[in-house]
Amino acid sequence: MEIWIVLIVIVVIAAVVVGIYNGLVGRRNRVDEALSQIQVQLKRRHDLIPNLVDSVKGYMQFEQKVLTDVTNARAAAVSAGAQGVPAQAQAENVLTGALRSLFAVVENYPDLKANQNVLSLQEQLTTTENQISFSRQHYNATVLEYNNGIQTFPNNVFAGMFGFLKRDFFEAEPEAADVPKVDLSLNTPAAS
Amino acid sequence: MSQTSTFYSEEAANRRDSILLILIVAVILAALGFAIGYGVGGTVDVAIAVTIGAVVLAFLLSAGSYFGGDQLVLSSSAAKEVDANSAPQLINIVQEMSIAAGVPMPKVYIIDDSAPNAFATGRDPNHASVAVTSGILQKLDREELQGVLGHELSHVRNYDIRFSLLVAVLVGSIALLADFFLRFTFWGGGRRSSNDRNGNGLQIIVFVIAIILAILAPIFARLVQLAVSRQREYLADASSVELTRNPHGLEAALAKIASDQDVLEVANRATAHLYFTNPIKKFEERSSSIFSTHPPIVDRINRLRQLTGDPPMDAAEFNALRGLD
Repeated sequence: MEIWIVLIVIVVIAAVVVGIYNGLVGRRNRVDEALSQIQVQLKRRHDLIPNLVDSVKGYMQFEQKVLTDVTNARAAAVSAGAQGVPAQAQAENVLTGALRSLFAVVENYPDLKANQNVLSLQEQLTTTENQISFSRQHYNATVLEYNNGIQTFPNNVFAGMFGFLKRDFFEAEPEAADVPKVDLSLNTPAAS
Repeated sequence: MSQTSTFYSEEAANRRDSILLILIVAVILAALGFAIGYGVGGTVDVAIAVTIGAVVLAFLLSAGSYFGGDQLVLSSSAAKEVDANSAPQLINIVQEMSIAAGVPMPKVYIIDDSAPNAFATGRDPNHASVAVTSGILQKLDREELQGVLGHELSHVRNYDIRFSLLVAVLVGSIALLADFFLRFTFWGGGRRSSNDRNGNGLQIIVFVIAIILAILAPIFARLVQLAVSRQREYLADASSVELTRNPHGLEAALAKIASDQDVLEVANRATAHLYFTNPIKKFEERSSSIFSTHPPIVDRINRLRQLTGDPPMDAAEFNALRGLD
């Protein structure tokens, strides 16, 4: 009689442990998937920028600095991809700042503002910026779920022995809090 | 003094309340099944058999709408599918919300109507569709549309269509059971029950209880079903804020829709519960009642204001919003 009870208890514990393990694997995989989604969105933005620069170039002869800033920031971000996450995050933030400056300047050109091509590209860039930030937000949500999974009882008992380690949230770089400075002093179009 | 809360606590409260409500319906079903089975058949086995039979039947009847329902609703609403070429900004916003929600991109449809509204349908995130009216695209700005689409995608992510099907199965079982029993008792089986009685006092009492329950339970269950629907709407609002992290967009959308006078022509009583706001105007106006599928817009706005810490909107402000004085 006793041997049956012992066996049943062992089976139940094993089932619980398997359940915990599989649950943690699922959550960790979601974290990894969310991370790779961020990369997808960043690449999308890199691909959109040359089109944007070409569309506005013709109209903005006095704005060369802003345009070259964007082009250079994009190139830096693309190459930073290979240098690890902190370097990449910083380069991407610089690119975000350069794009914001560009759109701030576009506001001064009514013809440009009304141009269909520019409007469509502006929408694409807006959505790309949003998608980048939502991917990061979703990544943080998956990290939260995973960390909760490995830290709560009874999972925490097994998490360490199975090699499940805490993951870090994506945090905005301190520079991202700065407002990009837009230098319009020499760029005001001549009054007509 | 206005209260602040987080969307996490709002979501937790809504989920908890909707599960409690489902349990209430399940208990009603069990009670009705047992009362009928025991009152008629005299044994607990009959009671169990009757209850299970009713659930299975209601489930079979609902299976059709589970698997094919979304196509039916879409075609009856004259919805046309769109893609990145025909509706780029709409597709972009849906894409943004899918990423934030971590669900695959649903199919997107536009209904040609100037009334601003939207709905989501589909049994799980892999088989989901979202539809918006052309009116909502014209009248709301990007931030507000994001809030509305966040709400709709949250219905998908929270498996609300499946959830409301579960409730419908339970409520349907109660209605079926009550209906068959009352017909059987009053039009066919009156003499049968007196044959079965055998002087068993308990059975007579249970039989009487069964009759009372059979009359009251379907109405009560329907009211609970409507309460569940309202809870899930609040949940979708809170989930939308979880996605956008921006209560103002959704609040502004609700305010704009509340002040809009257009009536959505393709909606009817069968589909009304699916929409973002109740498209049947007179129901919307009376929606503080327990008979409504949607919470009143002013209450939805005030729950969002709890998230931002803004003071709640009072009746006067709401009437001004709607252009009534």
